[in-house]
Amino acid sequence: MIQINKDKFQALVRKELRLYFNSPIAYIFLVVFLLLSSWLFFRTFFLIGQTEMRGFFGILPWIFLFLIPSLTMRLWSEEYRQGTVETLLTSSVSVEEAVLGKAAGSFIFLALALLLTFPVAISLSFVGNLDWGVVLTAYFGALLLGMAYISLGLFISSLTRNQIVAFIVSVLVLFAFLILGDGIVTAFLPNWLGSLCKTLSLGTHYNSILRGVIDTRDFIFYLSFIVLFLLLNVQTLKTRR
Amino acid sequence: MITVKNLQKNYGPLRALDNVDFEVQQGEILALLGPNGAGKTTAMKIITGFLKSDAGSVEIDGELLEEKSLLRLQNKIGYLPENAPLYPELNVWEHLDFMASVHGIAKEDREKAIREAAKTCGLMEKLYADVSELSKGYKQRLGLAQALIHDPEILILDEPTTGLDPNQIIEIRKFITSLGKKKTIILSTHIMQEVEAIADRVVVINKGRLVGEGTPESLGGQDSVHCTRITIKGCPKKTERHLKKIKNVDRIEHRPSKEKGVIEVSVFTTEDMRSDIVKALALAELELLEIISEKQTMEDIFQKLTQK
Repeated sequence: MIQINKDKFQALVRKELRLYFNSPIAYIFLVVFLLLSSWLFFRTFFLIGQTEMRGFFGILPWIFLFLIPSLTMRLWSEEYRQGTVETLLTSSVSVEEAVLGKAAGSFIFLALALLLTFPVAISLSFVGNLDWGVVLTAYFGALLLGMAYISLGLFISSLTRNQIVAFIVSVLVLFAFLILGDGIVTAFLPNWLGSLCKTLSLGTHYNSILRGVIDTRDFIFYLSFIVLFLLLNVQTLKTRR
Repeated sequence: MITVKNLQKNYGPLRALDNVDFEVQQGEILALLGPNGAGKTTAMKIITGFLKSDAGSVEIDGELLEEKSLLRLQNKIGYLPENAPLYPELNVWEHLDFMASVHGIAKEDREKAIREAAKTCGLMEKLYADVSELSKGYKQRLGLAQALIHDPEILILDEPTTGLDPNQIIEIRKFITSLGKKKTIILSTHIMQEVEAIADRVVVINKGRLVGEGTPESLGGQDSVHCTRITIKGCPKKTERHLKKIKNVDRIEHRPSKEKGVIEVSVFTTEDMRSDIVKALALAELELLEIISEKQTMEDIFQKLTQK
């Protein structure tokens, strides 16, 4: 059974958030994220003329594809490159606490970024009749998707000392998981393999949530995906000992 | 306090540590001495629990360092890794606050612990400075402060004076010596003067193997050769003939001096034979102008031990 010390965990999360906000990374990320997501959404919003945020949430997986690896790429690779991992993992912090602390720090940061897009939803609700149930479900889906991206990016960052390598590999692997269930991929595969790809695809489950209903299967998929890569991360760090 | 038994560690085909054994007593300053790449850092990383050994064991206070005891034993250790790695995005206070928190210092005691560690390491004037803006010397102090923040019984310092200027080196050495009165310290170095200045005992490691152990004074005695350098007036052959009669003489080397008829002779003996040398020269009626006993320096000892 993994035991997490609350105070140490909080300290780790606080440190991760400080590392983001004490450097330009956080501000660049937030500005790029808000500009990109709002611009891509509003450029088609007025053409469609419907009060819904499906378009906004539809482009998030593609924006996350580049922005989340830029957040996670340095998490372990920089600790190894600078040698701070030695201080961290000899200061009576367990590997599990260290991994969860980093994941939680990034998750809180992502949640903050998504929270900053909330004025978009509020302003739409003034324009027309916005279905808040669908919007809130989509936000929940975006958080799950973002956390899945974070856990994979964090794991890949633990495999290399080079941030750029971590970024590129994360983008490639996330891209593969995202398009795995697309018709263009599954069309060329045998039925059983096609449905397996759909089951394993981050995009399929996300699109399912965007319909406004949280299916237990989608939730369990994301949870399993997140836990799997966090565990792989823990294992990698332990093996590197 | 710390017992290291048959420690072995391989990095792929390279054997970084090969059956290394040593002990450190409470309140002792032990120096791990060896050339670069000898295995000192690996040994320290294993003792701090950062790395796992392939074989052998580490005991701290009689307790085996293993997965279940790791976090508890790590809390007894303050570790300064090589080059004092720090988070450049944090400031000094945030850094120490983080280290205090992860070492389990309660929120209400944290400020006191931070101020004490900063004061001890001379960091008070830089308490809110960004880590990225600190000089190398201050970074080293911060590294020491974060190692001391939880008042550990044991300090493990990997090359604590590397990259510092001479004044900073003297300062850090004084500081370590003062800490050694209260704490058990293992430090690694390849600087001989550091060993002589700080350490109570030395363990010499070369190519992953333990090649010498003892106090800085006794270390030379493990395989010692005394060298007595004499300057005399006389014939080299006659001198050599008489000196060879002295017991414990290992070898004799001589070379002509700048002065006419004067030679310089180095007599290598396994013990200090100065009085016998003087007597032998007097008996042979050779005029002794100068006699110097050359003490082996730590450099000589280090070279001898690490070039075997």
